[in-house]
Amino acid sequence: MSQHFDDARIPALSRRAMLRAIGVAGLTLAGSSVRADQSIRLPIAGEPRDWPITHDFPQKGSMILQRTRPPLLETPMEVFDRGVFTPNDQFYVRWHWAVIPTSVDADAFRLSVRGHVNQTLSLSIGDLLRLPRVELAAVNQCSGNSRGFFLPRVPGAQWAHGAMGNARWTGVLLKDVLDRAGVKPGAVQVRFNGLDEPVVPDAPDFRKSLDIDHARDGEVMIAFAMNGEQLPLLNGFPLRLIVPGWYSTYWVKMLSDIEVLDRQDDNYWMATAYTVPDTPHANIMPGQTGVKMVPISRMVPRSFFTNVADGASLPAGAVATIRGIAFGGDAGVAKVELSVDDGRTWQPATLGEDHGKYSFRRWQVEIPQLMKGGHSLMVRCTNTAGDIQPAASNWNTSGFMRNVVETVQLTAI
Amino acid sequence: MRHLIFVVGTSFAALLASTPAWPAPAISSTTVELPAGDALFPGGPEADAINNNCLACHSADMVVNQPALPRSTWESAVHKMIKVYGAPVEDSDVPAIVDYLAKVKGSGQ
Repeated sequence: MSQHFDDARIPALSRRAMLRAIGVAGLTLAGSSVRADQSIRLPIAGEPRDWPITHDFPQKGSMILQRTRPPLLETPMEVFDRGVFTPNDQFYVRWHWAVIPTSVDADAFRLSVRGHVNQTLSLSIGDLLRLPRVELAAVNQCSGNSRGFFLPRVPGAQWAHGAMGNARWTGVLLKDVLDRAGVKPGAVQVRFNGLDEPVVPDAPDFRKSLDIDHARDGEVMIAFAMNGEQLPLLNGFPLRLIVPGWYSTYWVKMLSDIEVLDRQDDNYWMATAYTVPDTPHANIMPGQTGVKMVPISRMVPRSFFTNVADGASLPAGAVATIRGIAFGGDAGVAKVELSVDDGRTWQPATLGEDHGKYSFRRWQVEIPQLMKGGHSLMVRCTNTAGDIQPAASNWNTSGFMRNVVETVQLTAI
Repeated sequence: MRHLIFVVGTSFAALLASTPAWPAPAISSTTVELPAGDALFPGGPEADAINNNCLACHSADMVVNQPALPRSTWESAVHKMIKVYGAPVEDSDVPAIVDYLAKVKGSGQ
């Protein structure tokens, strides 16, 4: 597989890109953070304040540039206001290693299934297209989404809330593929590897594993389409593992190898990286040590404002519609509630169409006339398992699993 | 534009629908070019060590976009890159890399 690190051209902003950015700014309410100089001010405390907007990545539109190589691209918050599904060309991007194939031959590509199975398989895309097809709406969220809001700050990609997206995933069930290989008795986990590789040969290749029962639960999928189209290369073309309700670290991109293990996977990316404190909300005190760590797994409920940003102004004495998106984590959205009085009282939001329990769900509230002055609006989601967003932020050294109630300060003028 | 037949999940189950009814999406070979991301760390000679050792694996913007962090956090980060991620950094270059990070992205702690 080839890679191209030699193309140093950073194209000047095209007229189309500029118009697109202006369009984004025009759509948002006061408090919008898209700036004419192609940077965006994220609501993160401290430096840096302004982040570049990039249009330089293939099959991608306007994205917040967190890192060029390997790419870390964040979805601007305005995108989530436009619909419950995140368009492929603005779906966030996160790679660990810089050796990413930049060319994938769809005819030559093979997915291997091997290890503790009766029969090793080498499946073409065509083979997968002939299997029973499934489709599922599901949120893909980085473990470290919203890391930039951790206080004290922690190193890592300084995401605001845009390391998440929701798509309709089309593909086949992992269970169906495993059944064709024939899992042998005694299988413990299934390990997944993609085409990306470390730059340094001795470095740990990025591989993730699921317990065998999870892998065969009839929900975990191998997707070849996203919102009805083939996946953008940077989102994992041609195949991506879909693990509904679990953090994106398990959703292996450019999936090329499935290995059934007769033991627990102890590779670095399972045993050390992507572990969280085994405490409620993965929360510890800064500096606390000696905490038992476990692999991150299920997502937790979250909700966001999408048509008002922190610091925005609204006309006083006028009715306003406040709206956003929510998701339940590994369960559906039971309710979304809004508070306009700093969390003293809560009113239920009207929920939008239900696209299934793993999808974003839109919410909306008509708020009463606000008196002149500052107002603190809060939103919280309760999922169908009864989990509710906490009032206090969690903290851990990796900046994982943030799901505190979101707050925006508005001024009625 | 293709239109898929979307099977909307009920509130109960049927989140997944096994349906061969809609046409297979076209899956076409794809070739892209990625931006090089080869800009140097600013700072002239005091950035030599970080420029010589760190840019093989990642672009400089990852560091530039970090918050101010304690020197001990930067020391840990550099050692993690070497021990865990196999970064081929000369021992003699480590102090200059940590000094640079503590100066450019240090919290003064």
